[in-house]
Amino acid sequence: MIAHGKAHKYGDNVDTDVIIPARYLNTANHKELALHCMEDIDKDFVNKVNAGDIMVGGANFGCGSSREHAPIAIKESGVSVVIAKTFARIFYRNAINIGLAILECDEASEKIENGDDVEVDFDTGVITNHTKGESYKAQPFPAFIQEIISKGGLLKSISEK
Amino acid sequence: MGMTMTQKILASGAGLKSVVAGQLIRAKLDMVLGNDITSPVAINEFERFGFDRVFDRSRISLVMDHFVPNKDIKAAQQTKQCRIFADKYEIENYFDVGDMGIEHALLPEKGLVGPGDVVIGADSHTCTYGALGAFSTGVGSTDMAAGMATGEAWFKVPSAVKIYLTGKLPDFCSGKDVILHIIGKIGVDGALYKSMEFCGEGAHGLSVDDRLCICNMAIEAGAKNGIFPVDDKTLEYCSGRVKHEIKTFEADDDAEYDETIEINLSDIQPTVACPHLPENTKNAKELSSVKIDQVVIGSCTNGRLSDMKAAAEILKGRHIAKGVRCIVIPATQAVYLDCIKLGYTEIFVNAGCVVSTPTCGPCLGGYMGILAEDETVVATTNRNFVGRMGHVTSKIYLASPATAAASALKGYVCDPREV
Repeated sequence: MIAHGKAHKYGDNVDTDVIIPARYLNTANHKELALHCMEDIDKDFVNKVNAGDIMVGGANFGCGSSREHAPIAIKESGVSVVIAKTFARIFYRNAINIGLAILECDEASEKIENGDDVEVDFDTGVITNHTKGESYKAQPFPAFIQEIISKGGLLKSISEK
Repeated sequence: MGMTMTQKILASGAGLKSVVAGQLIRAKLDMVLGNDITSPVAINEFERFGFDRVFDRSRISLVMDHFVPNKDIKAAQQTKQCRIFADKYEIENYFDVGDMGIEHALLPEKGLVGPGDVVIGADSHTCTYGALGAFSTGVGSTDMAAGMATGEAWFKVPSAVKIYLTGKLPDFCSGKDVILHIIGKIGVDGALYKSMEFCGEGAHGLSVDDRLCICNMAIEAGAKNGIFPVDDKTLEYCSGRVKHEIKTFEADDDAEYDETIEINLSDIQPTVACPHLPENTKNAKELSSVKIDQVVIGSCTNGRLSDMKAAAEILKGRHIAKGVRCIVIPATQAVYLDCIKLGYTEIFVNAGCVVSTPTCGPCLGGYMGILAEDETVVATTNRNFVGRMGHVTSKIYLASPATAAASALKGYVCDPREV
């Protein structure tokens, strides 16, 4: 599987309160949540983002609240993959459980800039930055987690048992 | 190789003799928790995938606390969805207006979580129950749905940071100052994916309320869980509350830790986390130039009776500064009632504070005290992220109840020893 799009770059410790502020958590509707994605750090994000785009963060991406509304809002906004140095652990679980692709890669997190044209090959973990003519290699997932992803999320994998 | 306390509980939950850090396991759950924000997402997923029964109706807790009493029509719809689900599956521990409280104050108080339990909750502050010697961690709604259906969850066994506590807390300092100090030292990802295991004679000297507060904010250092050893204080707290079996685990002497951090509690000062991360800590006394508009005393971090007591002792017979709004929120109905019986409520009202029914409300910018543009709050809550309690330009200073009460009196961030 390949993802290809424009990069939206943020810094360290992007927290779930800025990904989807709690004032919008009075709904579980995915489309409504996506309308407010990143609102408190990037008011224009929802107007700029195109289907397939790539979000890039620094260390500890998704820290804070356990709200699954955060990866839901990112996924529903059209983002195909989030690349960061590290993810906060609940966000990491949630993304896997709902089928939002995430990759940990120090080099990509540092070198990709806002607006870069980026391609991700999930099978090899290779991230290609077409704008800069560079490529970076992400850490592969453990087999256990790959299985959840390949089955289409946690509940799908359990309900099939 | 020896195991940490967390690893021992997880091994037991997984039915394994031993586990090692990094191992992926599936463990049985003693409690699955959700609230009025995370449960609707879990219920939607539970139903979408066609599950038609819960694993154990006595081991699920649904606590309506974030936007309850309902703040608006949408919040009311979400609570209603939880109520219907609880009725349909005869969930025993469903808490709504009248008997609800803030989940992480309520579950320990009701004895629904105890030593040795494996607990997941669709709320990041579920790590609170480690104070009682449980393995307890926050997850998302999909994990909650899977937990409700199967009674199991997958975990990556964490490695641990050992936090060795010595000494005794000075007057006017509490668990909040300890955990803010630790986060200031190790950073908001200082314990990422790891357990924070507290031990040492200093740990045994801390009250259960202080331990609950400390474990509550383990997530603010990125930790998977925080945990205290089970001692006489734990057992005394659990006596008469916890009706299920109490299982006591201890870390092995040869358990491996990624690092050991020593903290002498006698050196702890009233500590404040400045905007916009819990790691931006300073001593309260350095911040007297910070003028404030509002004070919030409450939350799952600091809404327990000892917190109310600390605030009441400072506010007694005094009045808060002109231009400051002070909102006091006892975390549960029991704490609320005790505040009335002990005269704290009268002290708060006479001091010019408002006293609210239990709710998470302002902590996450829900309602009951939202901040306007450029306003500043001293809050006993747990996060000071951008926009967390209101307008994106508002500023949050995290502090203990004593520091918050002193700040309310002065109108600026104030060391409680200076009032």
